[in-house]
Amino acid sequence: MKKVKSPADLRKIKDEVRERMYSKEKIRVRVHMGTSGLASGAREIYDFLRLELEKRNIHASVISTGDMGYSHAEPTLEVTLPGKDPVVFGNVDKLKADDIIENYIKNGEYVDGILPANYRKIE
Amino acid sequence: MAREKMQILICGGTSCSDKQSEALADNLKLELEANALENDIKVVRSGCFGLCNLGPVVKIVPGDVMYVKVTPDDAREIVSEHIMKGNKVERLLYKDPSGKTKSAEKELSVYKKQLRIVLRNCGIIDPENIEEAIAHDAYEALGKVLTEMKPLEVIKIIKDSGLRGRGGGGFPTGLKWEIAYKNKSDEKFVVCNADEGDPGAFMDRSVLEGDPHAILEAMAICGYSIEAHKGLIYIRAEYPLAVARLKTAISQAREYGLLGKDIMGTGFDFDIDIRYGAGAFVCGEETALIHSMEGMRGEPTVKPPFPAESGFMGKPTNVNNVETFACISPIILKGASWFSATGTEKSKGTKVFALAGKINNVGLIEVPMGTTLREVIFEIGGGIRKGKKFKAAQTGGPSGGCLTEKHLDTPIDFDNLTAAGSMMGSGGLIVMDEDDCMVSVAKFFLEFTVEESCGKCSPCRIGNKRLHELLEHITKGKGTLADLDRLKNMSYVIKDTSLCGLGQSSPNPVLSTLENFRDEYEAHVTVKKCPAGKCKDLMEYFIIAANCVGCTACARVCPVGAITGERKEPHFINPSICIKCGACMEKCKFDAIIIQ
Repeated sequence: MKKVKSPADLRKIKDEVRERMYSKEKIRVRVHMGTSGLASGAREIYDFLRLELEKRNIHASVISTGDMGYSHAEPTLEVTLPGKDPVVFGNVDKLKADDIIENYIKNGEYVDGILPANYRKIE
Repeated sequence: MAREKMQILICGGTSCSDKQSEALADNLKLELEANALENDIKVVRSGCFGLCNLGPVVKIVPGDVMYVKVTPDDAREIVSEHIMKGNKVERLLYKDPSGKTKSAEKELSVYKKQLRIVLRNCGIIDPENIEEAIAHDAYEALGKVLTEMKPLEVIKIIKDSGLRGRGGGGFPTGLKWEIAYKNKSDEKFVVCNADEGDPGAFMDRSVLEGDPHAILEAMAICGYSIEAHKGLIYIRAEYPLAVARLKTAISQAREYGLLGKDIMGTGFDFDIDIRYGAGAFVCGEETALIHSMEGMRGEPTVKPPFPAESGFMGKPTNVNNVETFACISPIILKGASWFSATGTEKSKGTKVFALAGKINNVGLIEVPMGTTLREVIFEIGGGIRKGKKFKAAQTGGPSGGCLTEKHLDTPIDFDNLTAAGSMMGSGGLIVMDEDDCMVSVAKFFLEFTVEESCGKCSPCRIGNKRLHELLEHITKGKGTLADLDRLKNMSYVIKDTSLCGLGQSSPNPVLSTLENFRDEYEAHVTVKKCPAGKCKDLMEYFIIAANCVGCTACARVCPVGAITGERKEPHFINPSICIKCGACMEKCKFDAIIIQ
């Protein structure tokens, strides 16, 4: 258990985790699993991805997050390939998820249904 | 990975579809085929880039080159110049007012209408892992506040930022904190109002599900500022996922020493508990909420005393909404002037809206205050479903009013909405099209308030019921012109005499529809017709003999046998038997059945 004893401790954790989360070699997949996502079947996609990525020998971290607000296109998921900007895919079913693994994750080829970031972020 | 392939992304946002992005995609594919490139270069349809006033946009990777306002005829040049020769097509690049071209997507992002402050981490972090939250700045503001600032300094920043309560009332948050600070007591409380009751609004839920630590941190900051050591989150039990994630977040924060005794070694104690509500709308009102938390009936009491003087257990209590709390940490980290740079004169920052109803892109959006309704509905929201005509948008849920076409270009902020006879509310935005009957809409919202009225004061308990009956009467075709005046008078009486915000605002949907759509009400009471064709008792299904081929499909589907006619002869609906279910109209392939 890491007890944070000062703001400096907090910064240390922050730097460590950022390093781990955004390391250049890693493929990251985020499945948006808030109520809207789950209601449209995000859990199934999450399980499918974890299983299939392992089966196909692709090292990627798959995590569940809250929803981004794209209720019209749930389930949605986000893939970040090493050294690239994250890409969000909408209306993902198992077929589409398979497509995403085969085309985007393996070859960097886009598939239909991309939801570009239509917002500005702080920072 | 193989060498990166060239790919063309075309926005297929619904608002761009109007601008021929379909034809553009086809032309690009044809051009690629003509040059035998179709196997090497992929054309992909994507969602909206948020640059609709520049649409359709085409993005080419690698390089992230963005072309704006591309027409189907530009396909040839894009393929022959950019794809084949690698030269950018200068005339299709965006030029800013000074004439400088901007080609990369990142440079164009300043033109995007949405700005995410409240939703900054939603969908980005794993809400069940505090370390990911910390990696995205969580608890940094708390550390800064505890080690570098005095309570009044924090309050000053919040005051200067111009942040106003996002729960609906729009009361200045800094002022609220200051009042709570000034009321000295041995014990004080910070309460987070997560009792999101507006039909159609779900931004609080999304924030709690996606970024619970933002709320915990902000509550601790508030606790430090008003000298409270106990925080309570009042959340409806109907949000099981949000509750579960909050619980996980609270226990992880305690584990890391970010909640509980001696936070970050600064000697400040603050802990948070969860209180469950049963989902009563009235419990969003702060006094009712406090009573419910104390284990009593969720009924409001007269203010003053305000909760800041005598709230939970009779102690000074500061109640803020989830979305308000979600704004706190960025304000502390980036400063008051950063926050107040966004928004309008009296409403600073951003607002999350939950788009619902007859709109293409249903979901959550976050825009700076002052964005117009037109931008929200037609650009970000992608316009009205099935290309129908926009009629009205209800803001503020059952307490608000409707905005019509004439309000489309009004910048949305607290004061403008109030002036337009509606209110900000928690940010639900229900869009209605030409097929919606405004009398039925008002009736729907009143039905909700009648059910949700706590029954404590008679104007709300009895008055709303009577209002609902009158509307029921009108939609059944039994109303008269005098009823419209009666509706109006009764609405004002209810507004003026009710005890709490629920009753004081419940007639708003009636008043605003009456104001904006009086002709529709009049049609219901004078000629007994519903212009939108929604009120069952006022319509009649009718078969146009000329269109009917006598296929008998309608007669077979009619559950009450109201349709008669020989095969291959025009059919007929008997109005005295017809129950107006509409099954025949759905079945008819020849558009022979209409509503009169």
